Amino acid sequence: MKVLATYNIKGGVGKTATAVNLGYLAARDGYRLLLWDLDPQGAASFLFRVKPRVKGGGEALIRGRRPLDDAIKGTDFAGLDLLPADFTYRNLDLALDSAKQPAKRLASLLAPLRGEYDIVVLDCPPSISLLSESVLHAADLLLVPLIPTTLSVRTLDQLTEFVAGFNGHQPDILAFFSMLDRRKRLHAQILQELPAQRPDIATAAIPALSLIEQMSVRRAPVAAFAPRTAAARQYRELWREARERARLPDPRA
Amino acid sequence: MLDGGAGAGSHVLQTLASAGDDHLGWENGGTARTIRRTWLDTFDWRLYRAGLTLQQVLRGGQAELVLASRDGDLVATERLPAGPRPKWPAMAAQLPAGTLRDAVARAAGIRALLPVARAVSSVGELQALNEDAKTIARLAVDRMAVTYPARASVPARLTLLPVRGYHGQAGKVGRAIGSLPGVSAGADSALEAALAAAGARPGECAGKPSPVQLAPDQPAAQAMAAILASLLAAIDANLPGTIRDIDTEFLHDLRVAVRWTRSALKLCGDALPKGLAAEFRPEFSWLGDLTTPTRDLDVFLLGYPRMATSLVGGSEADLVPFHDFLADSRAAAYRRLVAGLRSARSGRLRGTWRAALGDVRPAGRLTVAGLADIKIAAAHHKALRTGREITPASPAESLHDLRKRCKELRYLVEMFGSLHDPERLSHAVRELKALQDCLGEFQDADVQRAEIRGIAEQMMDGNRVPAQTLLAMGEIVAGLAVRQARARAQFAGRFADFAGPASRTRLAALARTAGPARSSRA
Repeated sequence: MKVLATYNIKGGVGKTATAVNLGYLAARDGYRLLLWDLDPQGAASFLFRVKPRVKGGGEALIRGRRPLDDAIKGTDFAGLDLLPADFTYRNLDLALDSAKQPAKRLASLLAPLRGEYDIVVLDCPPSISLLSESVLHAADLLLVPLIPTTLSVRTLDQLTEFVAGFNGHQPDILAFFSMLDRRKRLHAQILQELPAQRPDIATAAIPALSLIEQMSVRRAPVAAFAPRTAAARQYRELWREARERARLPDPRA
Repeated sequence: MLDGGAGAGSHVLQTLASAGDDHLGWENGGTARTIRRTWLDTFDWRLYRAGLTLQQVLRGGQAELVLASRDGDLVATERLPAGPRPKWPAMAAQLPAGTLRDAVARAAGIRALLPVARAVSSVGELQALNEDAKTIARLAVDRMAVTYPARASVPARLTLLPVRGYHGQAGKVGRAIGSLPGVSAGADSALEAALAAAGARPGECAGKPSPVQLAPDQPAAQAMAAILASLLAAIDANLPGTIRDIDTEFLHDLRVAVRWTRSALKLCGDALPKGLAAEFRPEFSWLGDLTTPTRDLDVFLLGYPRMATSLVGGSEADLVPFHDFLADSRAAAYRRLVAGLRSARSGRLRGTWRAALGDVRPAGRLTVAGLADIKIAAAHHKALRTGREITPASPAESLHDLRKRCKELRYLVEMFGSLHDPERLSHAVRELKALQDCLGEFQDADVQRAEIRGIAEQMMDGNRVPAQTLLAMGEIVAGLAVRQARARAQFAGRFADFAGPASRTRLAALARTAGPARSSRA
């Protein structure tokens, strides 16, 4: 089982849209996938039409009073399950703080699901916190959406440096440009230069399109309701790069 | 699982599609898919009897094997690679390696998998949606047309599959569907429904000789005709599988039915119209003898892996020429067997025998209960007398002779089995079987030793045998001698149990419980 996480300290950069579309594409390829919506805002849960509610709240899950298995919901897509968000997730840091080895807590909670899923995608809230540290420790691959600006790239470097300081397991990082506006000269320039120079930045880039915003109206991944569009094509390309980077075996092999 | 009743599929879909309330809606799941299913089992339904169903499912150009419990719970699936699909019948060993093959092989043993039913389904799907338009359950509507063992249509089958985490809401949907007119809860699996529509039932096997249901006061001649007709049905049922060489058990079961027939004619022929047994005994003897060489070689080949791995001095590679010789001999014996089974003599035997049995009319005052009493008591007495004459110095033939007597007694006890109390019958058979197993081990080892010697001579005549092969064969003969000696050492104890007062009383009581009516006034 591989753990992928969409992570960025900033909000509104396309983490949830990426988690939802990559989750959909992976399941369509035959992988058994669980998406855990860790953001108390519950955007991924909303997009999959699942109520953002977990019995006992986030604390029951973190403390192990309720197995993750019990809270999982099937989505409308075969092979794609969701662990919904809950508004109590805003207090996950407190729950983690009182757990043993909080940084490794998510990894140990996910371990029993190893036989059931090929991939777990963690959709993280925008923050730098104990929860995000636990996510970084659990993940095999971090998918980091970047707005094509110099500051974003600087943040990526900070993240890379932070992860390099981990003892033992260190997640691989695949950043990608998101909310790309080719009409902006800076966006175009950064997109042209950086992926060629840095192997940690994907060649796929997700455009800023109203179609992606339409996801919240259609309540479905763009790759599902508009598969022939540029946005869906870029998500497919990003999924291809992520799959290679995470060295995921062919699910049908 | 719910049955939609004849032709109810489209009706149910329409009713459901228009029955959405404030909290529940339905959405059509798209175009119906065509699914072709072939259910597989052994001729004697070993998978079904082990609580399993195996089907090859073909949809959208992809084929997979699905092993499930009879209740429908999935046990294992195996996607079949693209290209030519397996040709049935096939042995479990020919399936792709994996969990499914292992589970199938455990249940099927040495029997081949063959199609027991085929059907083409058009499967449509409806999605039950909650107030968020989220799918909470899927309703599959399966309209199945059976194409084998007979053409038939099956009432539409509805299967509600709750989405994970929505069992509560889906349960309400299930109850709502169950209350629709024309829909009833169905306990049958798809296989059972397909077979029922085709007028068949799973688990029914005409190939195994089994006790015929007899009434104690039934006239003996009529009862014997019914028993022999059932044995002829078993011979007929196993004949095509034997000729096609599907697996070794068709021939085995055919031989058992022939042996039972021969014993019935020998031991109870006097209950049949005069001259009938005498006329047919030589013909059934011919049929039995025809099957012996192939079966003997099958026994060798089935036991070969055990023989090969038991070698201590030699290696498995040394035995390869022996195996090849057995396989060649088996192929030649099988050709002769098939020629014999297809011959006019074989056809004439079965045809005239069927007609003769149909002509048997009740005659005399002897009832089948009376006949069973007399014959079981006589066979029991004979077996006891033969066994008591055996001493440690007796030749092997005397044990062979006792084995035959015990077989005859066993056939009689089982042939008239429906007249006896099932518990007493099973107890008596268990005791008899313990002695038979010992005698069987002794004789099989003796016969195989002699056969291996004969084979060694034939191989040497043909100048086809390396020295190490002969040495390995010698080692097997030595192993058989040890087994034979062990069986001989066990014999006295086993016979003492069989001849002891408790066992004797039980068998004698069995003879008496055949029924109070020893003769009929009719």
